[in-house]
Amino acid sequence: MNYRDLPSMPVAAQSTESITTGDWRTIRPVLNKDLCDRCYHCWAFCPDVSVIVEEEGSFPKVDLNHCKGCGICSTECSKQAITMVREDL
Amino acid sequence: MIEASTGNYAAAQAARLAKADVVAVYPITPQTTISEYVASMVQKGEMNAEFLLMESEHSAMSALIGASTIGARTFTATSSHGLALMHEMLMWAVGARTPIVMPVAARAIGGPWNIWGDHQDAISERDTGWLQFFCENNQEVLDTILMAYRVAEDRNVMLPAMVVEDGFVLSHTVERIDIPDQEEVDAYLPKYSPEFFADTENPMRFGGLVTPDLWTEFRYRIAESHEISREKLKAAEKDFEKVFGRSYGSPVETYRCEDADAVLIAAGAVAGTAKEVADQLRMQGKKVGVARIRVFRPFPSEEIRKLVSSVPSVGVLDKSYTFGDGGAMFNEVRSAAGTLEIGSYIAGLGGRDVPPKVLIKIFNNILEKNRGTVWADLKGGDFDD
Amino acid sequence: MSQVSKDIIEIRFHGRGGQGAVIASEILAKAAIKEGMYASAFPSFGVERRGAPVSAFCRISSKPIWTHASIYEPDYVVILDQGLIRLTNVLQGMKSDGTAIINTSKSAEELGLPENTITFDATSAALKFGLGSQTSPIVNTAILGAFAKVCDVVPMNSILECIKQSVPAKREENAAAAEFAYGVVA
Repeated sequence: MNYRDLPSMPVAAQSTESITTGDWRTIRPVLNKDLCDRCYHCWAFCPDVSVIVEEEGSFPKVDLNHCKGCGICSTECSKQAITMVREDL
Repeated sequence: MIEASTGNYAAAQAARLAKADVVAVYPITPQTTISEYVASMVQKGEMNAEFLLMESEHSAMSALIGASTIGARTFTATSSHGLALMHEMLMWAVGARTPIVMPVAARAIGGPWNIWGDHQDAISERDTGWLQFFCENNQEVLDTILMAYRVAEDRNVMLPAMVVEDGFVLSHTVERIDIPDQEEVDAYLPKYSPEFFADTENPMRFGGLVTPDLWTEFRYRIAESHEISREKLKAAEKDFEKVFGRSYGSPVETYRCEDADAVLIAAGAVAGTAKEVADQLRMQGKKVGVARIRVFRPFPSEEIRKLVSSVPSVGVLDKSYTFGDGGAMFNEVRSAAGTLEIGSYIAGLGGRDVPPKVLIKIFNNILEKNRGTVWADLKGGDFDD
Repeated sequence: MSQVSKDIIEIRFHGRGGQGAVIASEILAKAAIKEGMYASAFPSFGVERRGAPVSAFCRISSKPIWTHASIYEPDYVVILDQGLIRLTNVLQGMKSDGTAIINTSKSAEELGLPENTITFDATSAALKFGLGSQTSPIVNTAILGAFAKVCDVVPMNSILECIKQSVPAKREENAAAAEFAYGVVA
C-alpha cells in the first residue's frame, strides 16, 4: 500500500453492501416453510436488511453474506418458524 | 497494594485518593471508563464526591470552574473531540486560576472518524496555559495525578493541570501498579485551601471584566506562575519519592543519554518501547539513549538545551503533526536548543502501533544525522520497505 | 514468586466479540501479577462488535515490562472459536517453538492445523457447567484452564481466584470449568 493510492477525499467509493458481515455469525436462522405464514415480521425487524422478500407472497430468504446471526427474526416470528442453528456443527 | 490496573482505573483511583469533591464529566472514548469507575465509587460510597453527568464536555469544564471557585477539589477526564469542545473553558479555567486536574486519554481528532490514540488532542491545547504532563505507564498516571494536585493547588501556581495517558495503549491496557494507602496520600496531599473562594459570609466578585489597563498584568501573572511551577513540581516529585518511593525524573527523564551518540526525544508510552529498543541497540554497539519529556507545559527549555548540546545527534518523535513544519514537540525542542540540527519524526498517529522495527529505523536515522521531517511509519514513505 | 524461564512470554488470544477473549487475557495478567510477576494485557483496540473477530494480548515477565508495542511473535496462540481459522491467519508470526491451543471437537489434522496444536473442546466443557447457551457458549474460562495446563507459568490456583473475582456471573461454575479443562488437557 502507498499513501498515493488513497482517494483525494476520505471516501469509500463503494456502497456499504460491499462490507460482508456474515463472517461474524456463529448461529444462522433456518426457516421452516410449513410454519411460516409469510407475515414478513422477520423482514420488518431485521436490523441489517438481511431478510429478503423477492416478491409479495414468496417465502423470506436470508442474505447470509450480511446476516450477523443476531436472532431477532427468530424472536419476532409469531409462528416460531425460524430456528437459530449453530454454524460450526 | 499491588493490583492489575488499566490507565483509566489508575486515574479513577487517583481521583478517589485525592478526595476530589466535585467530579463533572461527559463520556467519550477512550476516557469513558474513568468516569464510570468514579461514578461507581461515588454510588458505593467509596468516594464522597458530588458527581455531575453533564450534557457536554464544555459544560463539564464550566461546572468545575464554578466548583473550584467555591474551594472544591475538582476532577474530570476527557479525550479528543471532548477536549476540543472544552477549548474555550480550558482557557477560562487558566484565567480564573482554578486548579482543576484532568486526565486526558489522548486520541486522534476527526475527521474522518478515528477513536484510537495519538497526541493530537492534548498537543493542540498547548497554548491554553494548562500544565501538561505526559505519562509512560499506568503507575505514572496515578502518581502524576496526585502530584498534579499538589502543584496546581499551590498558592503560587493556581493553574489547572492535564495528565496525558495514551488512549488505549495505557487507558485500556492492564499493567501491574501499586495503589497507595489513603493515609499515605493524605500525608502527601493537603486539603485544597485557596486564598480566595466564593463565600456568602465574605462576598467577593469573580469572573468580572478586566480592561486593557490590567489585562497584560493578569496574563503576565499566569506566565510567572508557569515559571514557578517548574520548581514546585520538582519539589512535589521529591516529596512523592520520600513517601511512596517512586520518582520520574521531572521534567525530562533521561535513559542512557550520558555517553550516547544519538538520543531520541519522545513523550508518553512509546518512550517505554524506545528504552527497550535502546537496550537492544546498545548490545549491538550502537550508543543510543532516550529522553522522555514528562512535562510539556511548562516546556523544559533549560533541560532540553543542556541535553541537545551534550549529545552529537538528536531526533524528536511526535505522535501528532503541526501543519507547517514538523511535530509540535520537535518545534519546541528546536526552539529551546537553538539549533537546526535536529530530526523530526512523525509516527503512531490515529492508533498505529509503534513497534521496535520503526524505532530502530528512527534511531539509525538519528545516528546518521539526517535532518528534516520523516513520517516514519507512512505507507509509501521514506522508511517503508 | 514463580519464575518465568524466558525473559518474557507473549500470548495472543483470538475470539469473537462477546466470547470473552479480552477478559481471558486480563484474568491471566491479574493472576500473574498476584504471583508477584509483571504482566500486561490489552485488547486489539478495535471497535468491538458481537461476533466479529477480535484479538487480545498478554505479556508475562519476571521483570518490569516497559514496551507498549503490540505483540507480533507470540509464544502461545489461544483460539476460542474454530470458525476463526477460516477468517484470520491465527498462527501468523507465532514463534517456531510456539504452541497453539484451539477450542474444537475436531482434531488438528481435520482443521488443517500443525500436528502439535493442542485441541480441547471448551464448548462442551462450558455447556457442562452451564456457561452460556447451546447457541452461544461462554468458553473463555474453560480455554484458560486448558492454557494454564499447557503453559505452566501462572499457577492454576491464582487463575481460579482471579476468575472468581473477574467474571460478572456464575463465578463458581466458571472456575469449575477452568479446573475441569486443566484436568483433562494433557
